[in-house]
Amino acid sequence: MALLTRAPKAEPILGQNRVVAHLLALLTWIIGLLFFFPLFWLVLNGFKDEADANASPKLFFEPTLDRFSEVTEDNQGLLSFTEAFGNSFWIVLISTTLVMALAIPAAYALAIRPMRKWRDVLFFFISTKFLPIVGAIMPIWIIARDLDLLGTRTVLVVLYTAMNLPLAVWMLRSFFAEVPKELIEAAQIDGCSLMGQIRQVILPIVAPGLAATALLCVIFAWNEFFLAVQLNPAGASTMPVWVNSQQKFQGQFLAGLSAASVLATFPVVIAGWVAQKRMIRGLAMGAIK
Amino acid sequence: MAEVRYEAASRIYPGSEIPAVDSLNLDIEDGELLVLVGPSGSGKSTALRMLAGLETVNEGGIFINDVDVTLKPPQDRDIAMVFQNYALYPSMTVAENMGFALKQSGVPKAQRMEQVREAARILDLEPYLDRKPKNLSGGQRQRVAMGRAIVRSPQVFLMDEPLSNLDAKLRVQTRTELADLQARLGVTMVYVTHDQVEAMTMGHRVAVLKDGILQQVDAPRTLYNAPVNRFVAGFIGSPAMNLVDTERIDGSLNAIGLPIELSPGVAAAVAAQSEPEFTVGVRPEHLAVGSEGVDGEVSVVEALGSESFLHVRVQHQGGETIVVVRESGQSDIARGDRLKISINGPVHIFGADGERLAD
Repeated sequence: MALLTRAPKAEPILGQNRVVAHLLALLTWIIGLLFFFPLFWLVLNGFKDEADANASPKLFFEPTLDRFSEVTEDNQGLLSFTEAFGNSFWIVLISTTLVMALAIPAAYALAIRPMRKWRDVLFFFISTKFLPIVGAIMPIWIIARDLDLLGTRTVLVVLYTAMNLPLAVWMLRSFFAEVPKELIEAAQIDGCSLMGQIRQVILPIVAPGLAATALLCVIFAWNEFFLAVQLNPAGASTMPVWVNSQQKFQGQFLAGLSAASVLATFPVVIAGWVAQKRMIRGLAMGAIK
Repeated sequence: MAEVRYEAASRIYPGSEIPAVDSLNLDIEDGELLVLVGPSGSGKSTALRMLAGLETVNEGGIFINDVDVTLKPPQDRDIAMVFQNYALYPSMTVAENMGFALKQSGVPKAQRMEQVREAARILDLEPYLDRKPKNLSGGQRQRVAMGRAIVRSPQVFLMDEPLSNLDAKLRVQTRTELADLQARLGVTMVYVTHDQVEAMTMGHRVAVLKDGILQQVDAPRTLYNAPVNRFVAGFIGSPAMNLVDTERIDGSLNAIGLPIELSPGVAAAVAAQSEPEFTVGVRPEHLAVGSEGVDGEVSVVEALGSESFLHVRVQHQGGETIVVVRESGQSDIARGDRLKISINGPVHIFGADGERLAD
């Protein structure tokens, strides 16, 4: 599973396929820009007056940071930006750390020392994702209530860990499976312990995969809304719930909502940028042949 | 310094009935370079991996210096292995790769560096110690893999087709260097290859395997001159020995229309076998083109310069067969020429069961 690989230099294409190749390239650009446009519009709106944001689209306007200061102001008892950001930060950090700590040994067991029926195990992992979360929210809510966890950060840490673990196991398994088995055998012969093999030999090779997996877990946990709003709608909740609270029942709120969304998106973009640096493949090159 | 002994060692892969290595008995002397050779699927790599501790020994045992290592994990066997794809740690530099095993066994850094430097000097790797494997050529990587083995001064060196990823010229050069290195260090080495030329040129003794069963283990010359069965006869030697299936007629053998002279011992063995089927083997250099012999037509000429190999179509017991004849490299014989060939060297006779008939 090569998520992000080093971009190859564009090669000139010879012969009759040139026109087709250029058309395909153009199409790719169009689709890419189409995907990017909503984000672009969101950012643009964040810097507008409410009046401008709700008026018919215009390209030139006087940019202002007022919306950003408005939405980050303390919200009289409601979930504030700083609270939501802090909650999200800790919930995402702890759940992603837990996911990785559990998924790495699982992936090792599935990819490098597969036990009998390992395919079934893998299937069982992903089977939890077949159930729509709406279908499970009732029992989850009751269990959380009985454990006195409603409205706590803990319940979200537990749920986000459970939510991301199957995905992480699947992704890491495929990265681990690409580690040449001779490398592990060489490490064994060199007298490396099991933990040493994982730490010193396997993890450096799968580092790009670890970064990609962790990034996805961060994104999913950071953006998760349904569980947060159901189990923890108040003071201990997360960024998506805070963004949602910027919707007003009266007056105009599109620009404010956009500004809030930009603020909520920002950390994910940073995380993606950091992870991407580590995701560049090619580390495993030179191990064999 | 070590002796290695396989005692009826077998490996049966889970889910398989047939052993990949079938009760292998093999004694490897101290300081010997023993080559395990065979076609793919012969179990040669499995046999090596059993010695390394990377494969379970299902039956029998393996001893290093009379110590039973059958159940010991690889790290407790004091062996080093060079893999076909080298298996260098990509995140470590050449020096770190070579010093990895020493680091694991807790050798202090200064001493480690000294040993790494010494090995790098032997292998001409000193300028590359700070490089990562991906910045090395194939030949350099191969030497790093060697260096990783040398640094530890293990009891036994295990080589799993270490040269097969090199190009032809480098392979021949490295082959010699490796044999020389083994002799200088005086270490015991077990070397796996599918290339019989590599086996013959490097091995003090060569063990030929087929379908997990050891066929013959002998010095290269003995293997060449007295192959114990049809398989070894056909496997060792390039181009391969001419093997012609024939039938006993009136107590004597005849191949491609040429009567075969038999020593008294072989003649008795031929007479004693109940089935009439035999195989006659003659090496290409023991067939000669001349004024006498049977008629044949040249179908292919392989001119190597130093010698030529003629593929000659001849009549044999009512059918046609092709035999390979060695000729001088400067011979003018061309495709389509008609000529006479005769036998001018030793002949190998194999019985219906494929075994060599004793002299």
